[in-house]
Amino acid sequence: METLNQIKDRIEAAVPSVRLAIEGRSLVVDREHLLEVARFLKNDAELAMDYVSNLCAVDWLPRKVKVKEGGQDVEKDLPGFLEVVYDFYSMAKKHGPLQLRCRTDGREGMLSLPSITPLFRGAEFQEREAFDLYGIRFKGHPDLRRILMWDGFKDFPMRKDYQQPDDHEWEPTPHDEVLQQAKKHWPAPSAAPVKPA
Amino acid sequence: MIQPFTTPESGYTLIPKEGAIETQTIEVSMGPHHPSTHGVFRMDVVLDGEEVKRLKPVFGYLHRNHEQLAEKMNWLGSIPFTDRLDYFCSMSNNWAYCHAVEQLAGIKVPERAEYIRVIMAELTRLINHSCLAGFLLSDAGAWGTPLLYAFREREKILDLFESVSGARMMCNYMRFGGVRADVSDDWLACARKVVENYPRFLDELEALITGNEILLARTQQVGILPRELAINASVTGPMLRASGVDYDIRKVDRYGIYDRFDFRVPLGEVGDVYDRYYVRILEMRESVKILQQALRDIPEGPFDAGVKMRNFKVPAGDGYGRIEAPKGELGFYLVSDGGTRPYRYHVRAPSFINLTILEDMCLGHKVADVIVILGSVDIVRGEVDR
Amino acid sequence: MLGNGLLQGLVVTARNFIRSYFDPERLTTVQYPEERVTLPENSRSFPFLVYDGTPDNLRCVACKICEQECPPQCIYIEVERDPKTGKPVRRPRVFDIDYSVCMQCQICAEVCPFDAIKMDQVYELAGTDRFGGMLHDKAALLKSNEYYHQIRPTEADEVDARLSQSKKKVSPPIAKPAAVPPAQPVPPKTDV
Repeated sequence: METLNQIKDRIEAAVPSVRLAIEGRSLVVDREHLLEVARFLKNDAELAMDYVSNLCAVDWLPRKVKVKEGGQDVEKDLPGFLEVVYDFYSMAKKHGPLQLRCRTDGREGMLSLPSITPLFRGAEFQEREAFDLYGIRFKGHPDLRRILMWDGFKDFPMRKDYQQPDDHEWEPTPHDEVLQQAKKHWPAPSAAPVKPA
Repeated sequence: MIQPFTTPESGYTLIPKEGAIETQTIEVSMGPHHPSTHGVFRMDVVLDGEEVKRLKPVFGYLHRNHEQLAEKMNWLGSIPFTDRLDYFCSMSNNWAYCHAVEQLAGIKVPERAEYIRVIMAELTRLINHSCLAGFLLSDAGAWGTPLLYAFREREKILDLFESVSGARMMCNYMRFGGVRADVSDDWLACARKVVENYPRFLDELEALITGNEILLARTQQVGILPRELAINASVTGPMLRASGVDYDIRKVDRYGIYDRFDFRVPLGEVGDVYDRYYVRILEMRESVKILQQALRDIPEGPFDAGVKMRNFKVPAGDGYGRIEAPKGELGFYLVSDGGTRPYRYHVRAPSFINLTILEDMCLGHKVADVIVILGSVDIVRGEVDR
Repeated sequence: MLGNGLLQGLVVTARNFIRSYFDPERLTTVQYPEERVTLPENSRSFPFLVYDGTPDNLRCVACKICEQECPPQCIYIEVERDPKTGKPVRRPRVFDIDYSVCMQCQICAEVCPFDAIKMDQVYELAGTDRFGGMLHDKAALLKSNEYYHQIRPTEADEVDARLSQSKKKVSPPIAKPAAVPPAQPVPPKTDV
């Protein structure tokens, strides 16, 4: 398979005005051109990435990263975002993987990314799962519903700032956070029995 | 529009009166407690008579947010939970997770451990495929006998697992950089005996069911999955190979030490339920070959890389590791921030993604065929719902 | 001929049926509970605490490593404190394992640096109380080293050898005998 740089050059030649960046072993694609890039990868005779093996979302909280600027390490604030990672392989040519990443703008509100389901059926359930657990709306998905959680569920449980509902259940051996939570439910004046007899 | 029809014997033409028979589609919710849906799994089916017009799988009944649990746990603690993904193939799941972590942390696995892993994974494949043959027959109406024959053989392999790992199903056997306990020479001798006898069982199973006319009528030309759709829908494992695509990760990635073994990848031609069944039978025969070679060649040496499991840390980075599990491509996408817990832990579950094209395979078939087609997909709820 | 395959299958079932009366290979079931299969030595069920000699002489030092590492978090430990000084003594005051939460993964036994927690082989556990009926406290968890030897002779011998060696290494100047005190015959507990 070609190197990442070669692939990047070829994509830039084929898809006008695309913004690509190489990060580690993956290509970061902008939202507007994701579908075009995926189409190129699929139809290109050399690459023939006909198989999207894995699609998953990652939640990145706002964090500080060390960047080299003028020979010095500078701490920079990186805003939080949700990221979808695509691992493409080729079944025809038996090579791969090629990892694409696509990021949302921030973590709040209606976050949407283009869906690649029209090109790759294999992304259908995986995008539904990413929507269900992370709340990324995939534009162009034929049937974007919750898949693992029930329909009436409100929140997105895999987000890093997800708060578990306070539905306390009695636990015989509570620890740490569970213990703190459990204490709220115990009768206040009594000497807080750790475990019922 | 109701068509007039002629019975061939009499030549008598029946012309029904316009509007005499009104047909309607009905919506049936199959499941979640249906005996042949392999656990709590529901299908919303729209039927016209007995013909399937639409089918939507509904799941999540067994969802426990395995990924979030793993992100709140240290790296080691997730291994016993991977057992519970696909509870038929705990050894393969262990391996997939350890493989992904080893790739990320750059751990080299010693030779003997690689051999032990191959032996365990192939034994798991024997278990999975022979039970699938039994379950498929069970779905087709042959309740009991073939399944129990498969379970009888499975028992022998589970005994092997128990004597080395301590548990029959939830083995929790593999560790980063190796396995938890070494196998003894006695164990290897027992394993050789089981493997030697396995082809006899396969012959028996085939004599029992492969030529059975009822099975042929129920499975041939049912639920055909075309080659292009299979690739496009990311279908993996025996299902993909039954549609004629030569893609086996053991051959493509050559992870572990699979490049040392001589085995072939069986392919189907039609892509129907029968092909999916038969590809699995042939795969078991190839697994037996791999096992014979591995049990013959296993070297002496250390069985783990001496990685300290307590406070195990993975260097920051991300990686996707995949292996060929019995049900298809089992992959783990892991992101580490350098700490004792994974920042992101994602399971690419084969039977979850193989379900994508369930509707395409079932359209136009009868209700009873839906059960058989679902059986041939080979799902395990623990893995689908996670 | 149509039906050939069916007949062939029936021959297989008939052969299996008849052979199951004569061939021990085909007799795969046992009459539980009258008959039992012997468990392999490695077989594991739930964790227990090992003591040497008398139940006060338990190996656990309440380091809480198992509590941290336990994946389903079913272990709860409190350190015992000296009543006068209030300083922690290297012993657990409370050691609870909830068997209804425990998933028998063996990680506690694996990470324990003192060989204090080991896996049992008792599998006949039943209770009437759903909440806490399976909660085992320290007294219920304690089992003797002899019992451990009884269920896993090879592993226990290795552990004993390792422990006596490390004791020699750590405390040569102390004039205490390195070996474990003469054990009183403690019957292994089976009625958990």
